[in-house]
Amino acid sequence: MTLGAIGFTAPWLLLALAALPVLWLLLRAVPPAPVRRRFPGVALLLGLRDDDSVTDRTPWWLLLMRMLAVAALIVGLAGPVLKPQQDEAAASGPMLIVLDGSWASARDWPTRQALIETLLDDAARAARPVALMRLTDPEPPVFRAADAWRGLLSGAAPLPWEPAPDAMVRAADMLGEGTFETRWLSDGLNREGRETLLTALRARGPVTVHESPAPILGLRPARINDGAVEVTALRARPGTEREITVEAHGRDPSGTPRVLATLPLTFAQDETEAQGALSLPAELRARLSRLEIAGQHHAGAVSLTDDSLRRREVALIAGREDREGLELLSQLHYLERALEPTADLLDAALTDILPANPDVIVLADVATLSGAEQAGLLEWAEAGGLLVRFAGPRLAASDVSRSEEAPLMPVRLRAGGRSVGGTMSWGEPKSLAPFPEQSPFFGLDIPGDVTVSAQVMAQPDPTLADRVIAQLSDGTPLVTRKRIGTGQVVLFHVTANAEWSTLPLSGLFVQMLERLAVSSTVALPDLAQVEGTTWQPVQVLDASGDQADAGTLPGVDGAALVTGPVGPGLRPGLYEGPDRRLALNVMTPGKVLAPVAWPASMTVTGLEKPAQTPLGGWLLAAALLLLCADIAATLALSGRLWPTRAAALVLAALLALPQPVDAQEIDKALAAASEVTLAHVLTGNRRVDETAHAGLRGLGDTLHFRTSVEPAEPAGVDLETDELSVYPLLYWPVTPEQPIPSAEAYARLNAYLRTGGLILFDTRDADIAGFGAASPNGQKLQRLARPLDIPPLEPVPADHVLTRTFYLLQDFPGRYAGRQVWVEAAPPDAERVEGMPFRNLNDNVTPVLIGGNDWATAWAINEAGNPIYPVGRGYAGERQREMAYRFGVNLVMHVLTGNYKSDQVHVPALLDRLGQ
Amino acid sequence: MNHAAPLSASLRSRAEAEAARLPALLARAEHLAGTVLLGEHGRRRAGMGDDFWQYRPVQAGDERRHIDWRRSARSDSQFVRQREWQIAQSVAIWVDNSAAMRFASDKALPPKADRARLLALAVAILLNRAGERVGLAGTDLPPRRGNAQMMRLAEALTHDSDIDFGHPQSTGIAAHGRALFVSDFLGDIDAVRTALTAAADRGVQGILLQVLDPAEEAFPYRGRTIFESMGGTLRHETLKASELRDRYQARLAARKAELRTLCTGTGWQYGLHHTSDSAQSALLWLYRAFEAGTGGAR
Repeated sequence: MTLGAIGFTAPWLLLALAALPVLWLLLRAVPPAPVRRRFPGVALLLGLRDDDSVTDRTPWWLLLMRMLAVAALIVGLAGPVLKPQQDEAAASGPMLIVLDGSWASARDWPTRQALIETLLDDAARAARPVALMRLTDPEPPVFRAADAWRGLLSGAAPLPWEPAPDAMVRAADMLGEGTFETRWLSDGLNREGRETLLTALRARGPVTVHESPAPILGLRPARINDGAVEVTALRARPGTEREITVEAHGRDPSGTPRVLATLPLTFAQDETEAQGALSLPAELRARLSRLEIAGQHHAGAVSLTDDSLRRREVALIAGREDREGLELLSQLHYLERALEPTADLLDAALTDILPANPDVIVLADVATLSGAEQAGLLEWAEAGGLLVRFAGPRLAASDVSRSEEAPLMPVRLRAGGRSVGGTMSWGEPKSLAPFPEQSPFFGLDIPGDVTVSAQVMAQPDPTLADRVIAQLSDGTPLVTRKRIGTGQVVLFHVTANAEWSTLPLSGLFVQMLERLAVSSTVALPDLAQVEGTTWQPVQVLDASGDQADAGTLPGVDGAALVTGPVGPGLRPGLYEGPDRRLALNVMTPGKVLAPVAWPASMTVTGLEKPAQTPLGGWLLAAALLLLCADIAATLALSGRLWPTRAAALVLAALLALPQPVDAQEIDKALAAASEVTLAHVLTGNRRVDETAHAGLRGLGDTLHFRTSVEPAEPAGVDLETDELSVYPLLYWPVTPEQPIPSAEAYARLNAYLRTGGLILFDTRDADIAGFGAASPNGQKLQRLARPLDIPPLEPVPADHVLTRTFYLLQDFPGRYAGRQVWVEAAPPDAERVEGMPFRNLNDNVTPVLIGGNDWATAWAINEAGNPIYPVGRGYAGERQREMAYRFGVNLVMHVLTGNYKSDQVHVPALLDRLGQ
Repeated sequence: MNHAAPLSASLRSRAEAEAARLPALLARAEHLAGTVLLGEHGRRRAGMGDDFWQYRPVQAGDERRHIDWRRSARSDSQFVRQREWQIAQSVAIWVDNSAAMRFASDKALPPKADRARLLALAVAILLNRAGERVGLAGTDLPPRRGNAQMMRLAEALTHDSDIDFGHPQSTGIAAHGRALFVSDFLGDIDAVRTALTAAADRGVQGILLQVLDPAEEAFPYRGRTIFESMGGTLRHETLKASELRDRYQARLAARKAELRTLCTGTGWQYGLHHTSDSAQSALLWLYRAFEAGTGGAR
């Protein structure tokens, strides 16, 4: 029902307004309740009569106020809405809300949710039954009261796939008979089956489409191309030039997930595709776990990476080493140095390595292979292996590939090879010719000092020209290549050491190896390979692009993984197969995004919900205020509201108002700055906070008794609001559920660390966990500490100043005497000087101290000064507690005196100098 | 007694504190017979006693042995040496312990009973110091002297009664003794009249001290109210309490006037004390009232 610009969701309640006059009469008739008072003077009152025999009636203004309150209550409960949305098309009859429910809807899901709620509100106001249908998971529409859908809305969240064409057709079949209005919340992407469904829907009633005008972006799976990660982004609608950022996520060497690199991509005007190459060091590339378009929270903007970008396994095999011990002359020395940073090196006998299926096998000056070895290698190479061979004296002297081409050699070789520029030969050492265009090395710079003085020579063959990928300036082949099945064999016509050429000494060697090794990317398995295999999901993507553990999802057939589109039975994610991992992304390599072309007769609107203002809350609040005023007025009328008392109440309410935060903060900081105050970070877990407080109190008492440090009562610090610079030491107990501080808080923490503050992180789990991410606390610590400016760490070395600032300590137990404690690493050049008992380490206080020994619990004392928690058993336990206290004393001394004790080293020298 | 002990102790210490601020009060007896016993304090008139009072010229009828020859030798006339007349008088105190006395209109104000007991005991201590014998009227605590009596007084004063309004007791008052009645006198005036007349008939003179709460004086109530007596036996309902104020105050004034008239008629003194005023001023007034009693007799 509507009245002018105001509509009501429950108009029948307004009938109650008719009862107001009755209420007026009732209220008028009933006098205010009497006050009972004890009063000795009543004896004098006996017999006195009231002059006015009429009862003391409620004054008219009070009655009016009460009437207004009740009226506001009734109108408020009737659910008034200012400017309710008017549906001119169909204000009655059932309504069907169709959701695409695909990954492309995930980005605006909150907006869509708000829109659906608005639609439900409208439907509730008009008492229209509503049905909800999600095309990614279609079910026959069931029309129910609009309010019943509210609770079910969260179950209609988008799914990480698109509605399949057959699902659309199925949905069209499910619609059944009857007419209804349709609201279609489209994701804006064109796909097969839309027309079918649209026709079916229009046959049953008007259809309105809600679509976000914001363009949908997608990211195709990344590919390796020429050593760089090739990234292609798509957009559904061509438009103006637009720049996006692709983030490469992965784990850093410490295992912490972070953004490893970013790549800006630009959609040119009227282009729907943007390409770019992310050139990463192989070491980094191997760590990539996913690529994501920044700011787009949907599965289509995420590309999971799999083994195709991972670190390769390279097996190095040399001929028999007869010159034992001469490392620089070893055939494999330069190879190892070149490959170590980027690849996993395997070192074993050839027959042992082959079953491990390495990506690359390098044979350095290996001439003859046994039959089994050769057969195995061939089979491996045909399946995609890359065999790299280096020449050498042994190969030159052998008959391998002499008269006819050996299967594992790219070319036939002439006997003996050649030597140029040597003491016994003519000519100068040869340099390299520029790489031909079809060569994988094309584009690499050739340093001038790379010379070749000896090589094995290829026999001229018809196929030779195709197989040469690098040659010398005189045109003789230096590197040749032959494809074997899906694999290849590459021959360097020089040795892998510096004997025949200076190539292994140059950076070019590394680049060439990288190009070769990179070009041996693990390709997508073909259908035949995965037929009949079962792949287990490891991680799955949800529609908003977040990764989650797959849990107990069933395995999928390999064939489906390669061919099938993602859907309910094949979720996008990371799958583990017999020997590798495979990423299945929402966007397939050939995928194109296209906008929907709705028929011109359709109504297509945005997702914004029309502006309508519910007034019920305001009216109810007004009613409440009026009733409060009524209480005060009634009290005043009956003489119970004493002016002084009322003033006192108002005053008390004013006093109870919170003080300005600044004043409190400054007071706290002042108190902390006037004395040495140990502080602990408030975690939000009351028990942990209390323990930390009691622990620091216990440590403070110990310091008080034993040292000249006399700390004040410890303070709990809220990182978001409190000033940190006044605390010399922050004890930070780690709990899994504590909130991550805000960016501003981290900025202050970093400033605190840089200016000499110390944070003692305590994961409190040394009894059950080792160092690292093994425990929830450890993982939380990593997340907490990631934005902090923390230098490299190392376990406390035996000569760290912490071991002798007050007591001589060797370990640092708390409640647990568990594991190592980590401090800032010593500079690499710290050396022990002769005659000094310890090294001269860092010149300042370590900014963090990380451990898990639960020190606060060992330190904790109650008000009476007795320990709260037991430590260990019996005397040994008390000894451990004592050591914990000693650690605390040393720590505070370290914080307050820095490396003073380290400087004691120089005392003998100083005394010596003074003596002269 | 168990629970009353700390109360009586505190009451006594506070009373001692009040009493310490005043000089010793000398009561004066107007009548000798029966009740007069020698005390150690002079009565500021010649009589039987140990201390010197005055020399007066010999009058006819004086015995020769009364002449003070040492004084007479220094002049021509002869003098008689008079000694101060020392007596101990018995004072009976009655303090209303009814429920009405436990009224206090504000937390900051003491209940009327509290103030009444304090004043009564302070006066008792002053009298004791002056050598009088003090007892409680209407109870089996006859007038006696000494600190032990003060303890007994303090203990007896802490007893509360459940009746709504108290009536003065004239029993236990020695004839020609003195009496002090402390109450709010809001109850039945006839009982007061009876007691006072009975006491006056036996030659007792005394002080009537009316203790009132400021609220009882000002009647600051408004609105529809049911007034109940402290014991709950009396009840009066009004629709507009504020309109009763004037008539109530008129009645209170009439009651005060009646009490005053009653006192004038019997030779008693009437005093009014509000619990919002200081106890010191009330004690001072009591002191002066006793003075005035003696002065009037002089």
